[in-house]
Amino acid sequence: MEKDQDKILNDVTSGEYKYGFHSDIETERIQKGLSEDVVRIISAKKNEPEWLLEFRLKSYRHWLTMKMPSWPNLKIPQINYQEIIFYAAPVQRPALNSLDDIDPELKRTFDKLGIPLGEQKHLAGVAVDAVMDSVSVKTTFRETLAEMGIIFCSFSEAVREYPELVRRYMGTVVPYTDNFFASLNSAVFSDGSFCYIPKGVRCPMELSTYFRINAANTGQFERTLLVADEESYVSYLEGCTAPQRDENQLHAAIVEIIAEKNAEVKYSTVQNWYPGDKDGKGGIFNFVTKRGICKGENSRISWTQIETGSAITWKYPSCILRGDNSTGEFYSVAVTNNHQQADTGTKMIHIGKNTKSTIVSKGISAGKGQNSYRGLVKVLKNASNARNYSQCDSLLLGDKCGAHTFPYLEVDNQTAIVEHEATTSKIGEDQIFYCNQRGISTEDAIGLIVNGYAREVINKLPMEFAVEAQKLLQISLEGSVG
Amino acid sequence: MNGISEVTSRYLYLYKENIDRISGMSSPYINSFRKGAFERFSAMGIPTKKDEAYKYTNLNIFFDHDYKSYFIPETADFIKAEEFRCDIADLDTLGIVLLNGFYPTINGKLHQLSNGVWIGSLNEAALKFPELIEKHYGKYANSDTDGLVHLNTAMAHDGVFVYVPDGVKLSKPVQVVNLVQSDEDMFSQHRNLIIVEKNAEFSMIICDHALSPNKFLTNAVTEAYVGENAHFDLIRVQNEHNAACKITHTFIHQEKNSVTSSNNMTLHGGLIRNSTYHHLGGEGAETSSYGLFLADKFQHIDNYVSVDHASPKCTSNQLFKGVLDEMATGTFNGRILVRPDAQGTMAYQRNNNILLTDDAKMDTKPQLEIYADDVKCSHGATIGQLDENAMFYLQSRGINKREARLMLMFGFAHEVIQNIKIEPLRERMDNLVMQRLRGELSRCASCMVKCG
Repeated sequence: MEKDQDKILNDVTSGEYKYGFHSDIETERIQKGLSEDVVRIISAKKNEPEWLLEFRLKSYRHWLTMKMPSWPNLKIPQINYQEIIFYAAPVQRPALNSLDDIDPELKRTFDKLGIPLGEQKHLAGVAVDAVMDSVSVKTTFRETLAEMGIIFCSFSEAVREYPELVRRYMGTVVPYTDNFFASLNSAVFSDGSFCYIPKGVRCPMELSTYFRINAANTGQFERTLLVADEESYVSYLEGCTAPQRDENQLHAAIVEIIAEKNAEVKYSTVQNWYPGDKDGKGGIFNFVTKRGICKGENSRISWTQIETGSAITWKYPSCILRGDNSTGEFYSVAVTNNHQQADTGTKMIHIGKNTKSTIVSKGISAGKGQNSYRGLVKVLKNASNARNYSQCDSLLLGDKCGAHTFPYLEVDNQTAIVEHEATTSKIGEDQIFYCNQRGISTEDAIGLIVNGYAREVINKLPMEFAVEAQKLLQISLEGSVG
Repeated sequence: MNGISEVTSRYLYLYKENIDRISGMSSPYINSFRKGAFERFSAMGIPTKKDEAYKYTNLNIFFDHDYKSYFIPETADFIKAEEFRCDIADLDTLGIVLLNGFYPTINGKLHQLSNGVWIGSLNEAALKFPELIEKHYGKYANSDTDGLVHLNTAMAHDGVFVYVPDGVKLSKPVQVVNLVQSDEDMFSQHRNLIIVEKNAEFSMIICDHALSPNKFLTNAVTEAYVGENAHFDLIRVQNEHNAACKITHTFIHQEKNSVTSSNNMTLHGGLIRNSTYHHLGGEGAETSSYGLFLADKFQHIDNYVSVDHASPKCTSNQLFKGVLDEMATGTFNGRILVRPDAQGTMAYQRNNNILLTDDAKMDTKPQLEIYADDVKCSHGATIGQLDENAMFYLQSRGINKREARLMLMFGFAHEVIQNIKIEPLRERMDNLVMQRLRGELSRCASCMVKCG
């Protein structure tokens, strides 16, 4: 019985990465390595204004003074920043007016990934900004959105067309001095998405960014800036994949969210970067800084993430609850299989009065995967009546994996109520036995149990994503049931 | 870190000045650890807030201070120490007194009880039982994260030694009273070694008292070896004044099927840090780690617990509770480590805290690190106030608000106290805590310094 289980577990977790193909698209790249000149070249290539170049240089100089953090519970191989190409972009024709202008190979790539670049796919009802090798290649539904005053475009376009907005908000949530990878990103970011929802507008469709790393030896450094003005609402999705390669590739992104008074932002991620092969060779290093600020009263930011990919994940989507009565939420499922490592969690900083936060984190470890939850709940002195509830569960499949929890609770106010709970266990043999007894095979039973376990989080995802996430969970765990 | 901080160099200097004197008085085996420990301390230094294990505790208030270095006790002090009597009337114990980290001489330094149990000075024991010392000394106290443990190993010279032979069950607990008394500000370090051989049973109470109102800093290390099927309970009662800083490191190593418990009761103290390390080194071992702290004024209480599940089928349970009043700050840092082969582990951890004022602050960091799959582990932490519903319930039954609050807080604290197995001590603790909560236990009542 046990052996049988092991075998099935093994089958289930050794599933192939199905997005591992590589597309032959002409890319423009600069020389590998990093220096002040490289930063200038990137800026020049993008015809950036002086202030942005200054920002980049400031960041770069600051980055030089920093050291790679060693506190995460991760084994990160030495990264040689002089071996990375910091800028690679698909070669484009000057203006992209209609879908026909897109390189057909590029279009095929996104079709293959199931990303509706064509606006004919109206049914999908999702506006997509596709980012390949950190350069935005196509944003769909722009006109429809523009009618409502919503700006949804690539970051470089935003810099050109809405410089005042970008300047006002960029770097206010994640300053360039924030951490090692944030500084690096601030110096060399190539593109990303920009989104602005004006006052009182409820965005009618899901906005989505799709990130794809294609070129070899490159790093991807994109930046997302999302501003929800007063009384607005937006739901934002992010997906990522990369080709299968033997070397590690670095992805260091920044996401900043600003929610003004009464605004609500939902940010969902399905992260499926290439996780490396069964022996831990290759895969993406996913070192991302994501942070949102609930600036105004009654604002709300909700992060939902399904982390199944990447060789190493290092990310802590956080909420700064500055406005009174604001709410922050974090729902996460992180899966580590084979040699994957994840150190992920959140920070909830309660500054305003009556602020609330909820953290639900579900870790699943299989194979030799190491999965850590690391979270901070901080209640400042003036944040009266703050309320936090955190729940972090870990599920272990197999005896070589690990699950770890590092919560930090810092409370400086008497009226706060902060709770943290965590459990770690393996799938109960009794649960599997119960399913077997009713004619459900062990593999299906494990699928069922894992999905049930992650349901609380998956339910928070928009419909289309939820279906994908469920499938992804199954694929990621293929060959790990036991 | 290339530059050694000013605070650290203070202690490096202290070592260099006194090492010959200390070595001259100690056994060669204990001396053989000093150099290595000193080197490690030099590399690690006095912990700062940058060290993860001391993230919320600022030691500099006490460490960056000129203490009268204190290595050779004056005999006059001993008489006073011998006169010290514990004021818990019904508590029947075998008493030992340590003064400023030294074992007083008056009645001989090492006693043998009728059942073969040895109790006495560690320094004496090191000379008398070299084979026991070589087997156990310095084997359990080791830390990659805490330089203070190495500082103790480098300089400590005396402390309590207890040896309980195979199968001996000691009916009375041993009570160690740590006294600090000096007319000048003082820094002291002592080192205890407890050996409980297989099938033996033993419990120990350690009480910390300060006898004079000076600034005191104590950095103590206790090593305990608990053999197969043996039982060992350790209870620590800390009741010192606000100018006293107590840093304790307790390492408990357990063999197969042994059962231990540790209980830290902190009622008073300027800055207190209790690090308790449980090493479950044999299959089926069981441990419980409890702690209760009540703090007010500018006190800071830090509890650090590490449970290392190094063998399969072990069970551990942690319960730490704190009540913080006025400007007090508290820290809890609990870690459960389940090693790859420790299958069948059960590990639980709970930390509940109540903040009574807006100026009180609590930081808690419960951690799980699990590398085996057949485990049941959980932890929970809360920081909040008294339950409103419970308050309402009591008030609706005619109990006034103040009394209701007291009842709830007492109940909150009692959950930890009830785990003390020695009845007179348990009653005494209940009593002290009740008085403390009522505000009747003023600083003077709990203080040994009869300053009039």
